[in-house]
Amino acid sequence: MTEYDTMTALLEDKDIYLSSFAAREKKWKASDPTWLAKLRQAAIDRFAALGFPTLDDEEWRSTPLTALTRIPFQLATGPVQEPPTEATLPLTVTGKDWTQLLFVNGQFVRLLPSTAELASGAVVGSLAQALRNGPAALKDHLGRHADCEDNAFIALNTAFLDDGAAVQLPKNCVNPQPIHLIFLSVPGSEPTACHPRNLIVLEANSQATVVESYLTAGEGDSFTNAVTEVVLGEGACLDYYKVQRESQEAFHVHTLQVQQARSSQFSSHSFTFGGRLSRSDSNAVLDGEGCECTLNGLYLGGGEQLIDNHTRIDHAKPHCASHELYKGILDGKAHGIFNGKIHVHPDAQKTDAKQTNQTLLLSEDAIINTKPQLEIYADDVKCTHGATVGQLDALALFYLRSRGLGLAEARALLVYAFANDIIGRVKIESLRTELEQLLRLPVGSAGDERRA
Amino acid sequence: MLTIFNLHARVDEKEILKGLNLKIKAGEVHAIMGPNGSGKSTLAGVIAGRDAFDVTEGDVLFEGKDLLDMDAEVRAREGVFLAFQHPIEIPGVSNMYFLRAAVNAVRKHRGQEELDGGKFLKLVKEKMKVLHMSDDLLKRPVNEGFSGGEKKRNEIFQMAVLEPKLCVLDETDSGLDIDALRTVAEGVNAMRSKERAILVITHHQRLLDHLVPDFVHVLLDGRIVKSGGKELALELEKKGYEEFACQPVAV
Ligand SMILES: Nc1ncnc2c1ncn2[C@@H]1O[C@H](COP(=O)(O)OP(=O)(O)OP(=O)(O)O)[C@@H](O)[C@H]1O
Ligand SMILES: [Mg+2]
Repeated sequence: MTEYDTMTALLEDKDIYLSSFAAREKKWKASDPTWLAKLRQAAIDRFAALGFPTLDDEEWRSTPLTALTRIPFQLATGPVQEPPTEATLPLTVTGKDWTQLLFVNGQFVRLLPSTAELASGAVVGSLAQALRNGPAALKDHLGRHADCEDNAFIALNTAFLDDGAAVQLPKNCVNPQPIHLIFLSVPGSEPTACHPRNLIVLEANSQATVVESYLTAGEGDSFTNAVTEVVLGEGACLDYYKVQRESQEAFHVHTLQVQQARSSQFSSHSFTFGGRLSRSDSNAVLDGEGCECTLNGLYLGGGEQLIDNHTRIDHAKPHCASHELYKGILDGKAHGIFNGKIHVHPDAQKTDAKQTNQTLLLSEDAIINTKPQLEIYADDVKCTHGATVGQLDALALFYLRSRGLGLAEARALLVYAFANDIIGRVKIESLRTELEQLLRLPVGSAGDERRA
Repeated sequence: MLTIFNLHARVDEKEILKGLNLKIKAGEVHAIMGPNGSGKSTLAGVIAGRDAFDVTEGDVLFEGKDLLDMDAEVRAREGVFLAFQHPIEIPGVSNMYFLRAAVNAVRKHRGQEELDGGKFLKLVKEKMKVLHMSDDLLKRPVNEGFSGGEKKRNEIFQMAVLEPKLCVLDETDSGLDIDALRTVAEGVNAMRSKERAILVITHHQRLLDHLVPDFVHVLLDGRIVKSGGKELALELEKKGYEEFACQPVAV
C-alpha cells in the first residue's frame, strides 16, 4: 500500500464512525440531557481531529491498527435477537454469591440471580439509568478523568457514551461481595462495535471488589472499546480485576483511568487471554499523600495475537507507593507489548515506585517489546524497574523429565509456575481457581475456546 | 542391569567421555571417584538422558534395552534415577505437587493405577520419616531457597518415593553435615536390594563408610582407568589420583 492509499484508507475508516455518530445522535437527542449531548459532541469532534493513531504515534509505535481500522464496524444497536440465558452464557465464573450484571454489546441487560446483598446505600447498575435517576456525584465525575484530548479511543468511547456499569458507594460503606460486570459481545451478521462505559466512584473510606469480564458469544468480527473511570475518595479501597477472554476475531481496546485521593488504595489485576488485538491502558493518578497503587497483569498469547499493555502511574503527591508486575507468556507468532510509564511530579517526594515486566517466550517467532519509561522530576524518590525476557529453562525441563514427567507436561508445569505468581495474588478464591484452570489450557487456545 | 560400552560423549564439540566401559549388575553398589572435571557428572547426565550431552560412539544398555534411544522421561519411568549434583530450583511448583506428578507418570508407565491424594500422602509420610524430611520442605516450591544439604536430602527423598531400579547419586554427600550424611546414607542403604543397583559418584571416603560399595572405579579424563574393591577408595584417599595420571589406560 502506498503512503497515499494509507491516508485515504484511514480517512474512510474514520468516516464510518462519524456517520454512525450522526445517525445515533438523532435518536439520543429526544431523551438525553444537554450536558451529555455536549460531552458527546466535544468527543466526536476530538475524534474527528485525531483520527486513529498510526505507528508514528509514540504510544502506538508497536501496535499496528490497520486490521482494526480496515473493517467497517457498525455500532451495535438495540437488543440482540436471542439474548443469552444463564445456561448459554460462556461463563465459568458463576459466582452465585456475587452481584452480577450482564451487559450485551455494551447495553445493560439484567442482574443475574444471586444470593449477594449490596451494602446499604450502594448504587450498582446501568450507567444509562444512573445518569437519569442516580446520585449527582456520578454525573460530576463522568468524563472528568478519562481524557479525550490525546486519545482517539477514549474520544470515540465518550462520543458513543450510552451505557455500561455505574458503581457508587457512599462514605464508610463496605460492600461485602464482589461486583461482577460481564461484558458479552455478540457479533452480528456485520462487524459489530460497542463502547461500554463504566464509572466506579468510592467515596471516603468505602471498600469494594469489582471484576470486569469481557467475553464473546458467537462468531464474527467484533470491536469492544471500553473505558472504566475509577474515582477513589480519601481512604477508599478498591480491588479491581479484569479478565479478557474475547474471541480470536475480537478487537479489544480498554482504558482504565483511576483517580486516587489521599490514603486510598487501588489494586488491579488484569488477565488477558483472548482477542486478536488487545490493547489495555491502565492509568492511575496518585493525587493525595499516602496513596498505594498496584497494577499487576498476566497475558497469554498464541497464534497471531497481539497483546499490548500500557500503564501510566502519575505520582502527583508525596509519600505514595506504586507496584507493578506484568508477566507474559507468548507462543506461536504472538506479539506482546509492555510499556510502563512512571511519572513523578516535582512535588512527589518520597515516592516509592517499582515496576517489573517478565516475559516467557515459548517459540522462536513470538516477540515482546518491553519499555519502561521513568520520568522523574523529584529528587528524593525510590524508583526501580526491571524487565526480563527468557525461554523455558532447559535444565529445569531436564530435571522434571528426569523424574518421569513428559515434555509437554514439564513445559506446562513451568509455564504454570511462572504465571501462578500473578494468579496467586488474586484475593477471591473462586476467581483464582478459575484462572488456574484457564492457565492449564494450552497457551493460545485463547478467548472463547478458554471455556471449561 | 547397566552395560556401558566404549562410550564417547561431547559437550559443545569438546570430547569429555572417551571410551568408557562399565558394567553394573542388580544388587550391586558401585562407586566412581575421580578428579574435578574428569567427566563424572557427564556420565551421570548421559545415563539420565540430558540432551546437552552428545553421544558420538558407544552403547548403553539398561536391562537389555537401548537406553540412548529413550527420552529422559522414558528412562525415568523405566527405572533410572539421577540424584543431581546441583539440584534445580523450580519456583512456583510445590515439592508435593511435583512429586505426585512424577510418581503418577511412573505408575502409569508401569500399568499401575494413579495414586489419589490420600494414598500418595501415605506413601510420602513413610519416606519422610526415614529421611527426616520436614512437612515444611514438602510444601515449599521445589528446592527454592533450600540449603545445600536440604536439596541433597530432597533428591534422596524423591528417589525413595519413586523407587527406581538404578540409582545414580552424583556427589550427594557434598554439602551434607555429619548427621545429615548419616541419615542420607541410611536412606540409601534402606533401598539396597537384590533388584536394585546403585552408582555413587563421590570424592570422599566418609560416604563409603556408611554405604559400603562392592566396586570402586577411578574415572580420569573420560575413561575408567582402574577398578577394584572397597579398599581402592581408601587407597585413593591416601595417595590421590596422581599415580594414575601417567599410567597407560587400563580397560
Ligand atoms: N555444559 C557444558 N558446557 C561446556 N563444558 C562442559 C559442560 N558440562 C561439562 N563441561 C566440561 O566437561 C568436563 C567434565 O565435567 P563434569 O561435570 O562431568 O566433571 P566432574 O567429573 O563431574 O567434575 P566435579 O568433580 O567437579 O563435579 C569439565 O571440563 C567441564 O567444564
Ligand atoms: Mg560433577
